[in-house]
Amino acid sequence: MLQEDAPVNDITLAGFPLDLLALQLVTGVALGAIYVLVGIGLSLIFGLMNVVNFAHGAFFMAGAYVGVFLYGYTGNFWVSLVAAPLAMGLLGLVVERVLVRPLYGRGIDDPLLLTFGLSYVMVESVRIAFGLTGLPFGAPPELRGAVDIGIGYFPLYRLFLIAFSLVVVGALWLFIERTSFGLVIRAGARDPQIVQVLGIEISKVWLAVFGLGCALAGLAGILAAPLQGVTPEMGIPVLAEAFVVTVVGGMGSLAGAVLAGLIVGIVVAMTSLVAPDMTKMAIFALMALVLLVRPRGLLGRAGALG
Amino acid sequence: MSAQASGQALAKGGALTSSRPGSGRWLALASRHRVALTLAFLLVFPWIAPYQALAVNILVLGLYALGFNLLFGYTGLLSFGHAAFLGGGAYGSGIAIVHYGLHPALALIAGTLLATLIAAIMGVLAIRTRGIYFAMTTLALSMCVYYAFYRAEAFTGGENGLRGINVQSLALPGFTLNLLDPMVKYYAVLAIVGAAVWLFSRLLSSPFGAALEAIRENEGRAQACGYDVRRMKLVAFILSGALCGLAGALQAIHLSIVPIETMHYATSGQAVMMALLGGMGTFFGPFVGAATFSLLQDGLATLTSHWQLLVGAIFIAFVLFLPLGIWGEVLARLRRAGW
Repeated sequence: MLQEDAPVNDITLAGFPLDLLALQLVTGVALGAIYVLVGIGLSLIFGLMNVVNFAHGAFFMAGAYVGVFLYGYTGNFWVSLVAAPLAMGLLGLVVERVLVRPLYGRGIDDPLLLTFGLSYVMVESVRIAFGLTGLPFGAPPELRGAVDIGIGYFPLYRLFLIAFSLVVVGALWLFIERTSFGLVIRAGARDPQIVQVLGIEISKVWLAVFGLGCALAGLAGILAAPLQGVTPEMGIPVLAEAFVVTVVGGMGSLAGAVLAGLIVGIVVAMTSLVAPDMTKMAIFALMALVLLVRPRGLLGRAGALG
Repeated sequence: MSAQASGQALAKGGALTSSRPGSGRWLALASRHRVALTLAFLLVFPWIAPYQALAVNILVLGLYALGFNLLFGYTGLLSFGHAAFLGGGAYGSGIAIVHYGLHPALALIAGTLLATLIAAIMGVLAIRTRGIYFAMTTLALSMCVYYAFYRAEAFTGGENGLRGINVQSLALPGFTLNLLDPMVKYYAVLAIVGAAVWLFSRLLSSPFGAALEAIRENEGRAQACGYDVRRMKLVAFILSGALCGLAGALQAIHLSIVPIETMHYATSGQAVMMALLGGMGTFFGPFVGAATFSLLQDGLATLTSHWQLLVGAIFIAFVLFLPLGIWGEVLARLRRAGW
């Protein structure tokens, strides 16, 4: 991630030119955008339904595969960008209706265990369909190259990633805060029984939100695909990192997921500059720190959607 | 699985003695002699198992599931990070043998100690979270341990795993065991696993064991009764890690290699699967689960390289239709039949 043509500046911080640090900061925001999308999907489902979706990483991975596969067919990245979340959203609807719904009213661990089993099935199905080794994938031609953002050249695709995620998160915020369905979602997170008493079928809301969360995972998957290619195992670290995002941000808090996602992204980018070997561990060190100082997370409150 | 559901599992068919006089006499008797019965089964197991190397696998995995069950089944804490303890034990004993040439018995202790240390560090952090958070935190922390061991290539062999753990014979005072003979190996491992099973049973019968079950049933109430819930959970976490570490240490010597996958997320998931398949919160369930998982894996792997698909589907079916697990269901039926 070190830019070879990074401009040499007189001002340095800890031995690194400020321009380079600033560029790395933007890289962190781009990586963070992925974490934000994954984390929001997980938090949304948890905040409303008290279900931890252990197949979230598998949805991320399957979304990436659907997108890459369709790109091979159509050559149009925008089609993939719509189809991947759509396919994962539909799959999420089926999973909720057929597998998760029978478990409501049983223990809180049951849906977690079930989705854990589901992740095995999904990963293995992808292996059967697309092979064990994974597929290479790069940014689509119209999003390749780099642009000057004032502090140096920055990959265009990562800028797109930031902008697109911003739009998605903004739309999601409007949806939850400004629409009547969003109101029902927020009310359902607070007290599903009252919502039911008011004549709204809460199970339909849960169905929709589960689908929405899975769609966000799928979207994050196809957005991440150009950064790293796709493999059947790509969802496993993402699942762990999404957990870090939700623990750091505060479970069930959407604002917390956004904040924590960006922090995690920036921590990853900065560590890869200073100590590349420690990148993976830095994320978890961050989580350990938050657990020690503020166990409920940065913006964590009990239950409610922030 | 919820505290309530597992509580029911136990009340219906678990290891507790029946409160109704006249019924459940046989199960109560079996429960009193659970260590002897478990050991009796494990003593004859190599003659039932398809082949003896598999029997050793199942024995070691059974101990792993047993350690996991202390936390999940008896304390009600679902951890998704137990690979760090199995791996810690395996690497600890492997490194002791390969790098320091220690006697296997000392290596077992070294492995168990390393796993205990990892469990203590992870426990202090993870215990700060409750309920569903706990599963996520333990998973994330175990991934951190995985990356740390992955990076420490000089000691662990990194991606290639730790090789060269060559223990062919075990010199004990007075005699030498030839571990190349699978039967000798099985009974040598059983001696250690049996001791662990006995310790585990003592632990469960102690006031501490009762307090753990109280925490599982109702954490708030246990707290109100004056128990230091946090501390007891931490102790349970560390003991569970130590048992799994011992399993890992045995596995390293048994397989003579520690693959990096030992620490991976999938290995943590395997503990969850074995515990649920066998029947969580039951004394003998972990061994049933370990045997079921190993036989499934072994049988399906000969049919298809995609055995994980079927294992995942079977696991889903268990969550949906047989949440008590095989042994839990057997006990529940026996209890209903008035045994």
